[in-house]
Amino acid sequence: MAAKKSTRNKLTEDESNASRRDFLKKSGLFTALALAPPSLVMASEKKWDEKIAEYLETVPLSLEVNGVKQNLNVEPRTTLLDLLREQLHLTGTKKGCDHGQCGACTVHVNGTRILSCLTLASMQQNAQVTTIEGLSKGKKLHPMQEAFIKNDGFQCGYCTPGQIMSGIACIKEGHANSREEIREYMSGNICRCGAYHNIVDAITEVKEGGMLS
Amino acid sequence: MSKTSNINRVDGFAKVTGSATYSAEYKTDGVVYACLVGSTIAKGRIKTIDTKKAEWAPGVLAVISHLNVDKPSGYEKAKDPHNFGQPLQVFKDDTVLYYDQPIAMVIADTFERMQYAATLIKAEYIKEEHITDLQKAKVKEKKVETDKGDDYHRGVPDNYKNAAVVLEEEYTIPTEVHNPMELANIIAKWEGNKPTVFTKTQGVEGTRKSIGGVFGIPPEDVSVNSEYLGGAFGMGLHTWPYEIAALIGAKKLNRPVKLVLHREQMFTNVGFRPYTIQKMGLGATKEGKLTGLTHEAVAMTSSYEDFMEGTVNMSRFIYNCDNVSTRYRIVKLDTCTPIWMRGPGEATGSFALESAMDELAHKLDMDPIEFRKLNYAEKDLEQNKPWSSKYLLDCYEGGMERIGWKNRKNKPGSVKEGEWLVGYGMGTGTFGCYRSPTSVKAKFLADGNLVLQCSVNDMGPGTATMMTAIGAEITGLPSENVIIQMGRSGLAKGPTQGGSATTSSVGSAVHDSCNLLVSKVLGLAGATSTFKGTPITDLTFANGVISSAKDASKTVSLASLISSNKPEDFEVENTSKGNEEMKKYSIYSFSVHFVKVLVNPNLGKIRLAHVVSCADIGTVINQKTSAGQMYGGAVGGIGMGLMEALEIDHRFGRPINNNFADYHVPVNADIEKQEVFFVNKKDPISNPMGTKGLGETALVGMAPAIANAVFNATGKRVRDLPITLDKILEPSVANA
Repeated sequence: MAAKKSTRNKLTEDESNASRRDFLKKSGLFTALALAPPSLVMASEKKWDEKIAEYLETVPLSLEVNGVKQNLNVEPRTTLLDLLREQLHLTGTKKGCDHGQCGACTVHVNGTRILSCLTLASMQQNAQVTTIEGLSKGKKLHPMQEAFIKNDGFQCGYCTPGQIMSGIACIKEGHANSREEIREYMSGNICRCGAYHNIVDAITEVKEGGMLS
Repeated sequence: MSKTSNINRVDGFAKVTGSATYSAEYKTDGVVYACLVGSTIAKGRIKTIDTKKAEWAPGVLAVISHLNVDKPSGYEKAKDPHNFGQPLQVFKDDTVLYYDQPIAMVIADTFERMQYAATLIKAEYIKEEHITDLQKAKVKEKKVETDKGDDYHRGVPDNYKNAAVVLEEEYTIPTEVHNPMELANIIAKWEGNKPTVFTKTQGVEGTRKSIGGVFGIPPEDVSVNSEYLGGAFGMGLHTWPYEIAALIGAKKLNRPVKLVLHREQMFTNVGFRPYTIQKMGLGATKEGKLTGLTHEAVAMTSSYEDFMEGTVNMSRFIYNCDNVSTRYRIVKLDTCTPIWMRGPGEATGSFALESAMDELAHKLDMDPIEFRKLNYAEKDLEQNKPWSSKYLLDCYEGGMERIGWKNRKNKPGSVKEGEWLVGYGMGTGTFGCYRSPTSVKAKFLADGNLVLQCSVNDMGPGTATMMTAIGAEITGLPSENVIIQMGRSGLAKGPTQGGSATTSSVGSAVHDSCNLLVSKVLGLAGATSTFKGTPITDLTFANGVISSAKDASKTVSLASLISSNKPEDFEVENTSKGNEEMKKYSIYSFSVHFVKVLVNPNLGKIRLAHVVSCADIGTVINQKTSAGQMYGGAVGGIGMGLMEALEIDHRFGRPINNNFADYHVPVNADIEKQEVFFVNKKDPISNPMGTKGLGETALVGMAPAIANAVFNATGKRVRDLPITLDKILEPSVANA
């Protein structure tokens, strides 16, 4: 086993430089690098290429998250959900499926509810993003958060941020005029604990109390 | 338990603000990202696995497979197929035992790079013939080789065959998948030979043991953190290969590794409710007295572990019948091992039993509830013991009134609302009340707050809220002054959360520790000059003040007592467990679900117009969280009854609908009108609070209630779940 392992490592070392050059050529950034003097090979040997690639693989992104301006460099393939959770450490927005099928990742972008797992971060230039962390002001909760606690609109709490973001939007969209309508427009947010009855209670209470303009 | 009987969830603020931290969300310096690559065959061997491209991809730190893994030392020892924790030893060799079994793990510096690199791994296989179809494989059935797997007979075996009225039918439930909203996830790291994990488990102490076993280290060296779980419903009762894989990766790189399964992997790698075929034989006199009941089940398990559950158990005691036979068999299939899913075997068993009871009532031309009342069990004939308490009749009454049972007609299809056929149905559920030894530490802080510590965690039922309510009641403190510390190793040892035993076990321990702590405080107060000459029995403690019942002018504040004594004088760690008295009784929770369905005869569409869920769970500690559990259990049962089925393409042994778009679970629009009713009468035997457990029985009985209501609406008896509209429209002869 040990012998096998070392052979594998040796092969990797021998071929690794070639692979890096290969990668740079394929990366579509060849033109940019060709303009840069002079020694691509040296860069490769010192693993600068990875560092350059890391820089060139990203795009600049300015956006506002919960009222805080963020100037970032993100990979074009990074989703808004992964940006929030992994880079900005705003883990209140949840990952449930990565396919827009469960609603756990619901956030507001420019006031509209969206599925952050189906949204590329790089396309949100200058957007205003609100996550669950942006709803409360310190200990002062948003009325929907209060209503979820009072009506016990959750159990494990994992779908809850998405439900709350969706619930607020549901009212603002004008889709909370009856329990039936609320159920329909909240059906993109799965709650596996089955707290639907209480979720509808919470949204109804906020809507009827006129707590959202 | 008056003051605290309706308190809000104590973790509510954390959960609605996004500040509750679930396993993979702990901010960890230097964390790197891992994922598992699964096999694309269901059985065979890995011929070659090409990981080079992945290794060379940007940011990749390691690719681990059976070719280069540093095998944990426990791999050599473990031969026991019942070894809870790691029977499938991940990356051990080239064997493939099920579709999507992890064959490699990619670790990279960012999430995106890891995901991309994982797509570059290619494997070739030597395929072997697999079997994943229980219907085809059931001829290979075998007994489970433990006492629990034995056949059961009371009276004359299979006596139903000799009855005046006989019902013999087969019922099938498909594979159902837990699918909690939070994906299975872990952050694993090592300090020397001591691992720390933040993982999705229902049992902190159990996970310590199983990880310790795999890596050949004492459980005390394993730190487990699992304070918040985004649901689990049973899937967290096992330590799964992904958790061990993350630990292997973290050890190799000497860096923290974060591994989160994809939703697709939740369908293949972390258990499920097993596909089960059941045969029921019921016999009765013409007057409706049960004279024989036989319940047989054949369920799937994996090729490498014998899994069993109590599918046939309920049939042994729920009705008054002298002649009962049960048999349980398993069949090894090429899949991952099943794991208990909410309402485990009882949910499966009750679908067959309670459907069959409805069918027999129909044959007898009796009201289904009258038929059940006629066969009501005054004592547990299986154990030959009295019930500790049983308010099942109250559940029937409460449900009948709320659902409008009087509007039900025995003849199917005779009630209509517009174009909709109306049907009423009910199903009974039950689950045993268990209590396991549990330690809780209770202490007063200098500021007078009460801290309760236990390593038990809370996957959603409201364990922390329950602990708060009991602690506040006993110490007389407002619930805001109770601080719960839970869900991690190093605290007083709690049980695994499961089997509806948490309140009975942990609640009792909170009860006992707090009482001891109060006695200690009263003892210290009694020794002060204020209470010189006052017997301790005259002292009371409430709102942080000790006073004399006889002389209200004499008081000592807890704060002053604490400041004049040592902090350790205000701490108690006590272990509570059940007593001998419990063994004299049969202790069960009971539930009855009632449903009113509307069925469109042209479209086959089924609507649940009204659902009423009733339960006798002993004392209700908290109305709010208990109602939440009951609503949720009913919704789980609705999924089981109407939608959930993991479809397997048996040609390849792999699931077809491994995502939330294709595997349907109930959504908000499916739940039209729901009500909950608790009898709320204390059980005198179960534990100091008189609770009996709720989480499991909350689901049991819902699926047959729906099947029975659909029959009542349409005359169509559906015996294989889920009850989808194609089965309503199927032109086969209705058995009305």
